[in-house]
Amino acid sequence: MYDIKALYEAESVSHAITLLKDHPQAQIIAGGSDVLVQIREGRRAGAELVSIYRLDELRGVTMEEDGTIRIGSLTSFSHITRDSIIQEYINVLGEAVDMVGGPQIRNIGTIGGNTCNGVTSADSASTLHAWDALVELTGPEGVRILPISDFYIRARKVDLRPAELQTAILIPKSSYEGYYGHYIKYAMRNAMDIATLGCSVNVKLSEDKRIIEDVRIAFGVAGPVPMRAIHAEEIAKGKVISGEVRDAFSRAVLEDISPRDSWRASKAFREHISQLLAGRALTEAILKAGGEIHE
Amino acid sequence: MNKAEANGVIGKSVKRVDAFDKVTGRAKYTDDLCDRSAYVAKILHSTIANGRVLSIDCSEAENVPGVVKIVTCFDVPKNYFPTAGHPWSTDPAHQDVSDRLLLTDRVRFYGDEVAAVVAEDEVAAAQALRAIRVEYEEYPVVLDVQEAMKDGAPQLHEEYPNNILKHTSIRNGNYEEAIQEPGLIKVEGWYDTPTVQHCHIENFICYAEEDAGKMKVVTSTQIPHIVRRVVGQALGIPWGKVRVIKPYVGGGFGNKQDVLYEPLCAYLSIQLGGRLVKLDVSREETFVCNRVRHAIRSHIISYVRPDGTFAARKLECFSNQGAYASHGHSIAAKGMGAFPQLYPCPNVEADAYTVFTNRPVAGAMRGYGIPQAMFAVESHTDDVARAIGMSPLAFRQKNLMPKGYVDHFSKNELYQDTFQQCMEKGRCYIDYDRKVKEYADQKGGIRRGIGLAAFWYNTAVWPISLETSACRMVLNQDGSVQVQVGETEIGQGADTAFTQMAADTLGVTMDKVYVLSSQDTDVTPFGTGAYASRQTYTAGFAIHQTALLLKEKILNYAHELTRMPASILELENGVIRRKSDGRELLSLEELATEAIYSLTHSEHMTAESTYQTKSNAYSFGCTIAEVEVDIPACKVKLLDIVNVHDCGRLINPSLAEAQVHGGMSMGIGFGLSEGLKFDEKTGKVLNNSLLDYKLSTCMDHPDLEGEFVENYEPTSVYGTKGLGEPPVCSVAPAIRNAVLQATGVAIDELPLNPHKLFERFQENGLV
Repeated sequence: MYDIKALYEAESVSHAITLLKDHPQAQIIAGGSDVLVQIREGRRAGAELVSIYRLDELRGVTMEEDGTIRIGSLTSFSHITRDSIIQEYINVLGEAVDMVGGPQIRNIGTIGGNTCNGVTSADSASTLHAWDALVELTGPEGVRILPISDFYIRARKVDLRPAELQTAILIPKSSYEGYYGHYIKYAMRNAMDIATLGCSVNVKLSEDKRIIEDVRIAFGVAGPVPMRAIHAEEIAKGKVISGEVRDAFSRAVLEDISPRDSWRASKAFREHISQLLAGRALTEAILKAGGEIHE
Repeated sequence: MNKAEANGVIGKSVKRVDAFDKVTGRAKYTDDLCDRSAYVAKILHSTIANGRVLSIDCSEAENVPGVVKIVTCFDVPKNYFPTAGHPWSTDPAHQDVSDRLLLTDRVRFYGDEVAAVVAEDEVAAAQALRAIRVEYEEYPVVLDVQEAMKDGAPQLHEEYPNNILKHTSIRNGNYEEAIQEPGLIKVEGWYDTPTVQHCHIENFICYAEEDAGKMKVVTSTQIPHIVRRVVGQALGIPWGKVRVIKPYVGGGFGNKQDVLYEPLCAYLSIQLGGRLVKLDVSREETFVCNRVRHAIRSHIISYVRPDGTFAARKLECFSNQGAYASHGHSIAAKGMGAFPQLYPCPNVEADAYTVFTNRPVAGAMRGYGIPQAMFAVESHTDDVARAIGMSPLAFRQKNLMPKGYVDHFSKNELYQDTFQQCMEKGRCYIDYDRKVKEYADQKGGIRRGIGLAAFWYNTAVWPISLETSACRMVLNQDGSVQVQVGETEIGQGADTAFTQMAADTLGVTMDKVYVLSSQDTDVTPFGTGAYASRQTYTAGFAIHQTALLLKEKILNYAHELTRMPASILELENGVIRRKSDGRELLSLEELATEAIYSLTHSEHMTAESTYQTKSNAYSFGCTIAEVEVDIPACKVKLLDIVNVHDCGRLINPSLAEAQVHGGMSMGIGFGLSEGLKFDEKTGKVLNNSLLDYKLSTCMDHPDLEGEFVENYEPTSVYGTKGLGEPPVCSVAPAIRNAVLQATGVAIDELPLNPHKLFERFQENGLV
């Protein structure tokens, strides 16, 4: 039994916006795998809810004319993992969200909810950061599009304006064409866990597979919000693939990340694992791209 | 093997008798049975770990719509009661410590119970809890067991100076003299085990109401007859006024071998004129406010000769009891008791201390002190073997308890060469010798290792306390029988084993035996319940004895019908035969129908008897684990693991294997990932959820291999002995020893999680 004051069921995106305007205190609920937990904990007890779960228009993965991959915000994790567009172009995202919780959570949980919850440990978030994803937000004023890094303001706070909802995640063609990615979730067990640290790397190699033309790395739980490690990227970009470049890349992540000491893990431990994952994820991404690191 | 194979039921992997009801969802658990009209009770837990409640302001909470009643620690009687699920002792010196109240103003751990709300539904109850204001006087907090023993440490219970609940010792031979022997090698270590929780699927739940002049409590418990007694004690009402019913239970592992909130729930019902009240505990409360496994710190010193024999040994263990006595010193004492037996040595000094701290209350948990003791002893055994340059296997082969060993206190005897047989079987399964060689002296970041650990366990509680079981059998008109015992089905498969035993001894087919799964203290014969791996051993005696009594009555009645002397009649597979020529004279069904409806001699045929068990049986075995350690990632991956048990004859091999799998899983969590974390300042448990408490999942396990050495147990009527707890006992030290072989790093504090590995690998220059 949940302590819910009222539940309003949206019938369309515009209806959802109206409901949110009419009930400014209301919380949006999609799959509920975060919101219901928070209500049960007492953190959102007595909440008014606007459910967008029935809005099928926000479900599914499509490719737009310009090659942008559009993921409706209500698309479930298990849907993303099995989607043929995802598998062909950004399979790493499907792999990343396949590590969320367990099968039941992956069937109910949505990528929109995962990002709007605003937590640094979300398995989709570091990969979306690494792919330079865009967030589509629809509100009373219309549609606006933000880079995902701007969407995250601070822990548990994202840039959602009053009566606004996230309607899609967009991955532009320029972000994924020629790129290969790898995600490592470092957790204390192999299922039903949140990341102690998440690391997503993608690379674009030269045609001869010798040079790292571009590399992007993003972390979850290395700071209050998911983040890119720009210093590391700069070090590896344009370099000939080598063990030294990989190691320098790994060490450089420390210049960007800011993990903290908590009872879940120490700062020293997270810093150690961040470097390890950076190197391992880069190695895997290079392998997927057809390259090889000669030690 | 002997006559027990008469109708081929014992030793067969027959289907669980409750399988159909459980997989179809028909099986009723406590919450399924509770009428929807029940009021809901919720408990207000303290937000300090040590101190006193000065005042409680319920004014706002009382105004929450739907709130029926709020009871605080100032309202309840100061009637202290014990909670341990031990058989009661009529000797006051052997009774459990009475230190609990229904609600308490003297708070001793973060989460202690200070008030309770009864409301029409759980939302109202939760809202009211949030609206109650409590004012405390705070005292300093002590969480560490050895800190708590120091002079000047915060005192939890006035009558226990230095917080020591109990201290017991063993003195065998002369330790001080023995260590003077020249040429001895001293090996010393400290070993720490964490506070873990049982994590049964069904949280504790009960409901209570007055019914037909009695207080009826339906509860998810392992020990219905003990709950009856404690509810009576706690409420100060005659024990016969309390009726306790135990439906199907979704696991207990010892947590439900304690009386948890049944007395409070019954008290709340009485406050409401006997109205139905349900108390359903959340997972978060289960972690903090039920029972946990004792964290035990052990200090072992061994003096060993270069030839690999022990000259003298010393053990000190410090058991963290948490805030209240519960099962108390029994746990540490059991662990200490194993120490001089597992590796017999003439000169042993051992001391066990059970100490109060401001942590959650520790009670019974699968293994009852032995998993902690085995982590210390078996980790130490590998340390000793390394110190003298012997292989861990050879050292154990030389020193483990030999065949013919007799313990003079319990009179337990090791009738077979169990340890050697179990280690041999495990060694063959896992290809131990090859891997030990292959994994020696590895370099690089990814290394493999293999580790061995043995364990000591015994069955039931004789001669420490009472062992008794009673059984009733009732013959129906069609020749089928109801069987009742006080030993409880809690998921382990006891009802199936009892069915097999009853069918075998009585001489009927299994489909004619109905074991009544639910215990009702008004109807079920007395028995103390499920604990101490005692169900098949102890209930076996009562079932056997009662089945023979019933059979005697049946054959005597057959004599009336057949005019043949009962002495030449036999009942087998539901048919009465003449032994002299094997002729089938009549079926049990025919006899049973006649017995009820006879116009000349009608008889309701039943048998009922009590058997007091005055023996006990060793139940030993070992674990071998193979691991891969990713040193830079500070992770241990379990590649393979085998448990080998000698638990006597298997009544039902598949159920036995399932017990072993479950225990191994629990051991893997204990070894690698589980542990409650505490805020050092406040004593608050930080990770009381299944997200942050890292219970291992099937994705963290390799295939679990359970094997058996089936030595018929001569003291048991069915040749069987304990298996419920043994599977958890040696898993963690086997993993620790495998990590030691892989990395050369001895990690003496559980769990071996990445945080611990990171620290220890840093100290050893590996990362």
